[in-house]
Amino acid sequence: MTLTLIAILVVVLIALVFGALLGFASIRFKVESDPLVEQIDNLLPQTQCGQCGYPGCRPYAEAIANGDEINKCPPGGEATIKDLSELMGVEAKPLDAAHGVEDVKKVAFIREAECIGCTKCIQACPVDAILGAAKQMHTVIIDECTGCDLCVDPCPVDCIDMVPLHDSSENWQWNFKQVSVGDIPLRQL
Amino acid sequence: MKMFADYDQIMERISLQNLWDFPGGVHPTQKKSLSNQTDIQRIDLPSVVHIPVKQHIGVNGELIVKEGDTVKKGQPLTTSENSFAVPVHASTSGTVVAISDHVAAHPSGLSELTVTIECDGKDSEYEYTPMSDYAQRSKGEIIQAICAAGISGMGGAGFPTHLKANNVKPIEFLIINGIECEPYITSDDRLMREHAWQIRQGIDILCHLLQPKQVLIAIEDNKPEAFETMSIACQQEDNYHVVKVPTKYPAGGEKQLIQVLTSREVPSDGLPVDIGCLMYNVGTCYAIADAVIEGKPLIERVVTITGEAVDAPQNVWARIGTPIKHLLAQAQYHSEKQSYPRIIMGGPMMGFTLSSVQIPVVKITNCILVPAAKELPLVEDERACIRCSACADACPASLLPQQMFWHSKAKEYEKAQEYNLFDCIECGACAYVCPSEIPLVHYYRKAKADIRQQQLEKEKSEKARVRFEARKDRLQREKEAREEKHRLAAEARKQSLNKDGGAAKDKIAAALARAKAKKAKQQAQLKDKPSSDE
Amino acid sequence: MSKLSVGSSPHHHNQRDTGAVMRLVMYACIPGILMQTWFFGVGVLIQIALCMVTAVVTEALIVELRKKNTERVIKDSSAALAGLLLGISIPPLAPWWIAVIGSFFAIALVKQVYGGLGFNMFNPAMAAYIMLLISFPVQMTAWLPPVSLTEQSFTFIDALNTVFTGFTTDGYSIEQLRVGYDGLSMATPLDHLKTQLIEGYTVGEALSSPIMSGNWGLGWTPVALAYLAGGLLLLKLRVINWHIPVSMIGAAMATSFVLFAADSSVYGSPAFHLINGSLIVGAFFIATDPVSAATTNRGRLIFGAAIGFWIIVIRTWGNYPDAVAFAVVLMNMAVPLIDYYTRPRTYGHKAKTSSIHNNEEP
Repeated sequence: MTLTLIAILVVVLIALVFGALLGFASIRFKVESDPLVEQIDNLLPQTQCGQCGYPGCRPYAEAIANGDEINKCPPGGEATIKDLSELMGVEAKPLDAAHGVEDVKKVAFIREAECIGCTKCIQACPVDAILGAAKQMHTVIIDECTGCDLCVDPCPVDCIDMVPLHDSSENWQWNFKQVSVGDIPLRQL
Repeated sequence: MKMFADYDQIMERISLQNLWDFPGGVHPTQKKSLSNQTDIQRIDLPSVVHIPVKQHIGVNGELIVKEGDTVKKGQPLTTSENSFAVPVHASTSGTVVAISDHVAAHPSGLSELTVTIECDGKDSEYEYTPMSDYAQRSKGEIIQAICAAGISGMGGAGFPTHLKANNVKPIEFLIINGIECEPYITSDDRLMREHAWQIRQGIDILCHLLQPKQVLIAIEDNKPEAFETMSIACQQEDNYHVVKVPTKYPAGGEKQLIQVLTSREVPSDGLPVDIGCLMYNVGTCYAIADAVIEGKPLIERVVTITGEAVDAPQNVWARIGTPIKHLLAQAQYHSEKQSYPRIIMGGPMMGFTLSSVQIPVVKITNCILVPAAKELPLVEDERACIRCSACADACPASLLPQQMFWHSKAKEYEKAQEYNLFDCIECGACAYVCPSEIPLVHYYRKAKADIRQQQLEKEKSEKARVRFEARKDRLQREKEAREEKHRLAAEARKQSLNKDGGAAKDKIAAALARAKAKKAKQQAQLKDKPSSDE
Repeated sequence: MSKLSVGSSPHHHNQRDTGAVMRLVMYACIPGILMQTWFFGVGVLIQIALCMVTAVVTEALIVELRKKNTERVIKDSSAALAGLLLGISIPPLAPWWIAVIGSFFAIALVKQVYGGLGFNMFNPAMAAYIMLLISFPVQMTAWLPPVSLTEQSFTFIDALNTVFTGFTTDGYSIEQLRVGYDGLSMATPLDHLKTQLIEGYTVGEALSSPIMSGNWGLGWTPVALAYLAGGLLLLKLRVINWHIPVSMIGAAMATSFVLFAADSSVYGSPAFHLINGSLIVGAFFIATDPVSAATTNRGRLIFGAAIGFWIIVIRTWGNYPDAVAFAVVLMNMAVPLIDYYTRPRTYGHKAKTSSIHNNEEP
C-alpha cells in the first residue's frame, strides 16, 4: 500500500517538476511571431489587383487565414502558392484558372496622345501610381505600378496598354536559353 | 579572429620573399606563350565603333551628342553629372550615325544604349588639357581629371577609378596588380614589358593622391620579363617594391592577392581600405598617367587575341568600341577550326561567351579567346555530384561549393546564404576541378541573381503595400470629409429653414406644387397626342 | 552558316572526370590484387570478376529502370569499383552466390535505392560486406591459408569448381582445404589471434604459430604492402587526400600502442595491427570513398581518426576478428554531423559558424 502511494507520489512529483520546467521554458524561450494574417500578407505579391476576388492583398490574406484556398493569386503564381502551402501546412495546388493565369511581369503604359484626362484610371489605381488631373494628360509611374490591370477597363478611350517589362543585362537571370545567337554568318569573316 | 600581421611583419616577410598563401587554388595550363611573344600591335581603324554609354559599375553619364554630330577622337560623348557616372569618349573621329540599343559586351547578349560612330579614317584629335605639373595641383583637380578621362578599373570589375582614388582613410599598402593569373591573357604582361615607365608614372600619381606607406607591385613569377622591367622602372623609389608572387590561379583576385601579400583578409562586409590596402590594375595605372599627364581620355586599351583558332595570336591596341569581328580578322580567325564556334571575352576561367561578333571592345575587355575544337572542350551534361569535395579543396575563399551547389540547385536560398554564397568570387576553380563536370559557378550565379530579384520584388511589394494602405486611408479620409461636409450643409439648410420660419417652408411647398403641376401637364399632353410612329 | 555557342564560365576544365578517378583507384588496386592472387590463389580473381560483373549488370538494370542514360552512368565506373572492393574482401573460394548476393545488395540497396552515385550514405562495398558477414558467417570467414602452406595444390579449374560447386575437381571440400599440415584449421592472423586469446593463450604464444612469423602474418604482410604502394600512388596522383589515410592509420597505431603498453600479453602490438587485416586497404581505398566520407579537411581528419580508433576497439573487444567495414560504416553515419561542425571559416568572416548564429540572434 505504502509502496503504491510512494510510487504515485514520485510520479506526481516528477510530473510537477517537469511541468514547471516546461512552463518556465515556454515563457523564457517564447518566440514572438507575427500574427498569421501578417505572415500571409507578407507572402502575397501586393499587386492589389483583386483577381482573387477580394479587394486587395490584405483582405485575401485575411480570407486565407480564415480557411480560403491558397491558389487564387495569379500574379504570385506557383512560387507564392508554394510559400503559402509551407506556411499554412497544406498541400500546394495548381493555380485556380478561374482567377487568371500566371503571366510575365507587366506595367501599365498610357498612350499619352490619346488620353482625354478623365481621371477614371487614377481612381481605379490601387497604389496611386498614375499621375494626372482632370483634363490633363495622365502618366504611369513605372516604378510604382504593380501591373494589376485595374486601370485598363475603366479607360473610356482604351489608351492604356499592359506592356511586359524588358529584361536588361542588370536583371538578367543567367538564362542562356534566352540569349539570341546565331544571326551571325561567321563564314563571312 | 586571428590577428593580422602588422606593417613591419609584412615588410619583413616581403623583403625575404617569404609570402603568405591563400587556401585552394588551381594550376590550369597557362598557354600564355601563344600571345606574349610579339610587341603590342597597332592595327587599322575599324569602319565603325560602337561605344556603349555605360561600361562601368554605376550609372549612365548624360549624353551630350546627337545623331548626325561629327566628333573627334577623344571627344566626350557623355558627361559625369553623378559621382557614380563615368563618361565615355569617341575613340576615333567620325560621325555619330546612331544612338540606339546595340548588343552589349555582356553574357546575356542583351542590348544597351550605344553611340555608333562611323569613322572618317582621319583620326583627328580633340584638344586635351595636359596637367604635367600635377604635383602642384590639388587632389580634387587630379581626381576630376581622372573622372573626366573616363577611367574605370581595367582589371575586370570596372569600378570607377575616381571614386576609389577619392579616399580619406589611411593607406598602408597601395597594391598594383600585375598578376594576370588567368590563362591565355597577356595584355598586362606585354603592357608591363613595353610601358613600365608610364605605369610607374601612374603609380606616382596614385601615391600623390593616396600617400601610402608602401607600394607593392605584384607580378606572378611566370612573367620574369615584366618583373625585370617593372623593377628597373621602380628602382629609384625606396617605398616601391616589386614582388614576385607564386603562380596559382586566382592569385590575381583582389582578396586573394591582399591575403598573399599581407595575410590580411578583407572583411566580408567591408572594403580593402578597411584593412589599409587599396589595389589598382597596371592597365589602370597606365590610363591614369595618360589622363593626368597628357589629359588623354581612355579610348584604347591592350587586348589579347588568342586561342588556337587564330593563326596570329597577338596583343593589339584596340580602340574602345571596336567590333570583335575586326579584331578576329586582324588575328586571322578560322571558324572551321572550332567544332562549335565560340568566342570568349576575357579568360577561360572567368570570361564570358559572346553572342555576336558585333559586340564592341569595352574598357574591361582584356582578351578575346577563340579556342580550337579540342582546346577547351565544351562540357557535356553534368553528372551526379560524388561529394568528393575537390571543389572545397580548390576554393580560394574557403567556401563549401558542394553544399552551396545543393542548396542553390534546390532553390533553398536561405541555406545557400548560410553557406556564404555571396562571398563567392566566381573564380571558377571549383567547376574547373569538378570530376562530374557540374557548372557550379553557373548555379551560384543563377542563385545570386534570383536572390537579388526576390529582394527587389520584396521591396517593391512592400512599397506597393504601403501605397495601397495610404490610398485606403486617404479614401477613408476623403469619405469622412465628404460626409462631414454633407452633414454641415444639411445642418446649415436646417438652420436656415428654422430661421426663416414658415416663409421658407411655403417656398418649398410652392416649388413642389409647381413641379407637380408641370409634370401633370406633360403627362396630359402625352396622352392627348397620338404617337406619330404609328 | 554557323551559330555562336554560349555558356557559363569557367570554359576551362580539368580533364579528370569521375570515371577517370574511379578507374585510377582500380588501377592502384592492381599491385595488391596481384600479390593477393599470388598468396591466396586465382580464387581472388574469380571473386573480383564475379563481383564486378554482378555490380555492373545490377547498376545497368536499375539505371535502365530509372530511365537514365545507362551508358553514361556505367562509364563513371563507380559500380565496377564497388564490385572490385567487395571482391577483394570476399574469401577466394567462397561460393559464387556470396559474391552475387553481396554485389547486388551493394548496388541495388546501398547505392541505387538512395538515389545512385553521390546520394548513398554508406560505402556500398563495406555495407554489403557487413551484410554478408552477418548473414553467412561461415562462408565469409573461410579464408584459406596462404597457398604455400596448404598441402593440396590447386589450379584455376580447381578454384573455379570450388567457387561454383563447393568442391575441387578432386572432391575436396573447402573445409578440407583449410586444414593445414599440422591438421589445424587455418585462419587469418587476426582470426587466429582472437581464437587463441579466447582459448587463454598470450599474444606471444599465438604469434608463434606457423601462419605467423612474429608479427608478420604470412602472405598478409606482402599483400598489405602492395596495397600500400597502390595507395601511395593515389596520393601522389592527388586522387585522394592524405588526411583520411594518415589520421586513420595514426589513430589505429596510437590506440593499439596504448593498449599494447598497458598489457602486451593480451593486446596485439601496433605493428601487428598495421600489417594484418585490412587496415591499409581500408585507409587508402575504402575510407577514402568520396561519396560516403567527410568532405572538409578537418572533417576528414576526425573521420579517419575515429575509424582508426574503432577498428582497434572492435578488433580487441568485438566478436569479429576484423573491423574495417564496421568502423567505416559506423563513421559514415556520423559524416553529416562531422561536416556540419567542421565547416571552414570563410574568407573575410570572423567565426566559422557566425552566419548561422546570426540568424538566431534576436
